[in-house]
Amino acid sequence: MADDREGTVAELQKKIKEAFEVFDRESNNTVDVREIGTIVRSLGCCPSEGELHDLIAEVEEEEPTGYIRYEKFLPVMTKVLLEKRYRPIPEDVLLRAFEALDPAKRGFLTKEELIKYMTEEGEPFSQEEMEEMLAATIDPETNAIHYKDYITTMMIDDS
Amino acid sequence: MGCSSSSAKDKKSEKVLRATLIIQNWYRGYRARLKARQHYALAIFQSIEYADEQSQMQLSNFFSFMLENYTRVHEEDPKLASRLFESNVQDIKDRQDYVGLVEVPDSYEGPRLQFPLSFPDIDLLIEAFKKQQILHAHYVLEVLFETKKILMQKSNFTHINTSPSKEITICGDLHGKLDDLFMIFYKNGLPSEKNSYIFNGDFVDRGKNSVEILMILFVSFLVYPNNLHLNRGNHEDFMMNLRYGFTREVLHKYKIHGKKILQMLEEVYTWLPIGTIIDNEILVIHGGISDSTDLCLLHRVQRNKMKSVLMPPMSIIGDNASNLKKNKLGVTINMPDKTEQNDSFSEQLSKHEWEQVTDILWSDPRGRKGCYPNTSRGGGCYFGPDVTSKVLSKYQLKLLIRSHECKPEGYEICHDGKVITVFSASNYYEEGSNRGAYIRLSFGTSLRFFQYQVTKATYSKPLHQRVNTIESSAIKILKERIIGRKTDLIRAFQLQDHSRSGKISTTQWAFSMENVLGLNLPWRSLSSHLVNTDKNGDIDYMSSFQDIHIEKPVKEAQSTVIETLYRYRSDLQIIFNIIDSDHSGLISMEEFRAMWNLFSSHYNVHIDDFQLQSSVRIPYASDPQLSGSGLQG
Repeated sequence: MADDREGTVAELQKKIKEAFEVFDRESNNTVDVREIGTIVRSLGCCPSEGELHDLIAEVEEEEPTGYIRYEKFLPVMTKVLLEKRYRPIPEDVLLRAFEALDPAKRGFLTKEELIKYMTEEGEPFSQEEMEEMLAATIDPETNAIHYKDYITTMMIDDS
Repeated sequence: MGCSSSSAKDKKSEKVLRATLIIQNWYRGYRARLKARQHYALAIFQSIEYADEQSQMQLSNFFSFMLENYTRVHEEDPKLASRLFESNVQDIKDRQDYVGLVEVPDSYEGPRLQFPLSFPDIDLLIEAFKKQQILHAHYVLEVLFETKKILMQKSNFTHINTSPSKEITICGDLHGKLDDLFMIFYKNGLPSEKNSYIFNGDFVDRGKNSVEILMILFVSFLVYPNNLHLNRGNHEDFMMNLRYGFTREVLHKYKIHGKKILQMLEEVYTWLPIGTIIDNEILVIHGGISDSTDLCLLHRVQRNKMKSVLMPPMSIIGDNASNLKKNKLGVTINMPDKTEQNDSFSEQLSKHEWEQVTDILWSDPRGRKGCYPNTSRGGGCYFGPDVTSKVLSKYQLKLLIRSHECKPEGYEICHDGKVITVFSASNYYEEGSNRGAYIRLSFGTSLRFFQYQVTKATYSKPLHQRVNTIESSAIKILKERIIGRKTDLIRAFQLQDHSRSGKISTTQWAFSMENVLGLNLPWRSLSSHLVNTDKNGDIDYMSSFQDIHIEKPVKEAQSTVIETLYRYRSDLQIIFNIIDSDHSGLISMEEFRAMWNLFSSHYNVHIDDFQLQSSVRIPYASDPQLSGSGLQG
């Protein structure tokens, strides 16, 4: 049992190292703090912006430099993965979320509705995030997002 | 009532809030994973590109090795020796020799330039190239001839002054991507007395319009020699062009006069200035610096003696020397008494000068302090922020602007703001891989960066499509590498597979891949694209070779030969091109065999001569890349 767990930890840490190194532009074991979100999410976790903020606070230097060092990142991220924190959203939960925004049960959201929700509620999208989501989801003929089909396709692509 | 209706409202808005949070959370995760995949794909492209450059440098070691063995080669095969070592480039003094002999027929419908050139000629060329016309060889040669004349008058470093009303624009690598040059001119205006430009090297290779880019840049230079500045890049080098596509492009577009054009180009390259200095405080060079960079020396060297980075200098003793001595970079050899050979070896830079120029054209900045040999590329060095500070302050400079490396955003600032990389070829590796950028600056104002991305489609593809494109492209070239090392990989896997089950752990697989291929990549993250993993997390390693194979299947016994030839195909192609001095695409079997013997003994590749003879015809005939330098015999 102990051996198994050690093996798992070692494997996890190698994965973390790989993900970190890809963003380590100058090969000096640091990454720009703005890439932490991407790294954490690329490892399969889905923290909210608030949770990400807290995580960054944990790995930052006492006097923030704008860079995160691998030595600080590794133990924190290892714990996150072992505890299976920030689990990704299952497909059915995502579907119900879209349905909650579509009370009339039309099966779609208009472009304007999507923009309104995503940029005004919750943890609002930046302009870049909004534009990218629109480019990926909007059906140019109807100017709407048919969320059920979209979710099915994207879930496959993401796995 | 007031209370109940507001609580129903609250409930509803809470529901909406939670739903929104879920969707935002999920989308951000999805988007981040796409970005990570994009980074992985770029990492693959970049590591393979640098590994290629490294083997290019190894090729130069091979040439040094051949020169070391010159006496033996000369004794055994004088014809081969003279083909390899004789200088092909006659001194192009007389315009009549080249331009005069090439006539433009009346039927030619392409652009006709009027010498001396003026602004309308720039426009004429651009419009013609937009219609995909080809400039006649007569004009190409004339432009090259005139360009060389003016370049010869320039110093190694051009000193420029700017002011707020006289800004200058700095562009990085273009690598034959004409659309990017058009985009820059569209956004930023054509060159003129009021609109100065610096093009910081690597105009050619890889893209398919290197000729057109050179023509536009050289014509602009001839019209505005004091406003259009060109710095030499590491690809302005005829040896690099042999490998990276420019030579092929020229010979394809100019079937009759291509060779002349290439010869002229060799000379023009050597006269390109090494760099530019703006307002005595900004140094603009293609690659980078080293801790021993000596700008004073670089101002003085005879830059035209730097023919190619792959022909390092050798020192020569006269006929009477009886001892052969080797030094680190070249060798002292006993030259037979032949005046033609002496000409080609006497005009050389010293070893120190050669290293100084190579550093400028090949080095890369890195976060680590100090100065280390650039092992990825095989030439120049990696220089740290301390080196930058030291060299800049030694010469009272404030900033280094360089190119040489592809950056996802087209530019990147490092070393505390003292080093800026600018790269102008968007979609360099693949459509969607990166933006291009240029810089506008003037004395006393802050730099402005401009980015762009040239796309074929009239609308931008959504992120996931772009990522899918570059990802599949990257995986494809990675698989080509894998198949080129199949035998060595299988051996490495089997060493780990103690139980002979055909399966090894992810760690063992990743370790073997990295060791054999020499590519530092995130293997675990890429494993899903490359191999089959079972539910225990173990990898069926033979599945590394599925989905891709060299064109014609051959008998197992010969697979090592095929693999080796496949792996070295780029190097071999270069060597063929050198032997094939009339660029006919044909060399004899004997020449090939002589070449191969030298090559294989240097690289320690042992292949049975018989196997070589019988198998060699097969891969070249079927591999479209190689049949261009087709073997017959």
